[in-house]
Amino acid sequence: MEQRIPILKMGRFLLVSIQVDMDDRTAMTLQDDLTAQIVKHRARGVLIDISSLDVVDSFIGRMLANTAAMARILDADTVVVGMQPSVAITLVELGLSLKGVRSALNVERGMELLRSIAEGGESEAEPTDADREE
Amino acid sequence: MAEKGWAVLAGLLRANAQEIVNEWVRLQRQDLALRNNLLKAGELEQQCRDFIELLSRALETGGGANVNTSDTWAPVRDFLSGISRSRARQGFSPTETATFVFSLKQPVFDVLRKNVAAEELTDRAWDITTLLDALGLYTTETYQKGREEIIARQQQELLELSTPVVQLWEGVLALPLIGTLDSARTQVVMESLLQTIVDTGSEIAIIDITGVPVVDTLVAQHLLKTVAAARLMGADCIISGIRPQIAQTIVHLGVEINDVITKATLADAFAIALKRAGLAVVRKASAGRAAGAAE
Repeated sequence: MEQRIPILKMGRFLLVSIQVDMDDRTAMTLQDDLTAQIVKHRARGVLIDISSLDVVDSFIGRMLANTAAMARILDADTVVVGMQPSVAITLVELGLSLKGVRSALNVERGMELLRSIAEGGESEAEPTDADREE
Repeated sequence: MAEKGWAVLAGLLRANAQEIVNEWVRLQRQDLALRNNLLKAGELEQQCRDFIELLSRALETGGGANVNTSDTWAPVRDFLSGISRSRARQGFSPTETATFVFSLKQPVFDVLRKNVAAEELTDRAWDITTLLDALGLYTTETYQKGREEIIARQQQELLELSTPVVQLWEGVLALPLIGTLDSARTQVVMESLLQTIVDTGSEIAIIDITGVPVVDTLVAQHLLKTVAAARLMGADCIISGIRPQIAQTIVHLGVEINDVITKATLADAFAIALKRAGLAVVRKASAGRAAGAAE
């Protein structure tokens, strides 16, 4: 029996909570399901909760980056929330900085971030620019 | 023959123990004239007597072979380890520590000269010389090991001491880095910062490098790694405390830190952090008036 990760719809956003160890096949299935759901619900944002993931390999890391890129093409923003310190260190050591993926500390803040992006539109894509120009 | 030789030595040591100890202590006092304040008289004499006792017992049971490995010599080795460790702590130099064993030669030779027939004297002297040399070297080695342990422990303590993560405000962390960043320290710094981010739910971390003396490509890379890891978790990093020379070095080295917000002082970084958190610092109206009146 193939494992499937549930995708929940919350308004214009999709919520994916990964609670099990991901193998490569599960990751590919999730990618298929997610892109299909984004199109079906015309979602504006995707929130992926990985707080239960202790181990991430390069494949899963790339899958996250690819999913974000696909969602971007379908006009949805991706926010990854709840990454564990060990996972963050692993990804950095692997050289995967997940460009184009936004992150937040927890689901609550992730939803806030998605809402502010949806309200602000494309012009506010990089909120740090204003600070840097000071 | 060799066995008998060792037995003779052991017998002589036992029979003349008091005489040897007296002479030995006198010699050591002479050599360590300046160190007399570090060792009490009774203590040194007791140590000498214990050593002679252990030495003659080891010679009786196992002979003088394999001093560094055999079980018979384990008590002697333990005793010498204890001596050299305590001397290392008290601040004796390696030479002074090894003198404890080497200065035993002369009193033993004196005893041999009096009690052993001329044709056997050279053999016995040679035996005791090799034996004491081996023990003396062992003492120096343990002394060295003791010092290395102290250094290792201090390094570990330094590592733990020097990486505090402090909370400046709700949601704002600061990491004042002091000293050179190497790979091992970066790892510790990164882990403690990320863990604190999780524990406190902070979205902004200020890394202050005022106390970092040199920033080379490796240090810069380590900093960028930390920033990237924090960003993956959803927290932004600001690097502050960049001194003019360091700014110049970073540009000359061609290190790309464009993605990171950098500020010259911790105060500027804190101001940005407060602004992001939607907070502002204002002067109290009454304080403002008082300042105006004073002018």
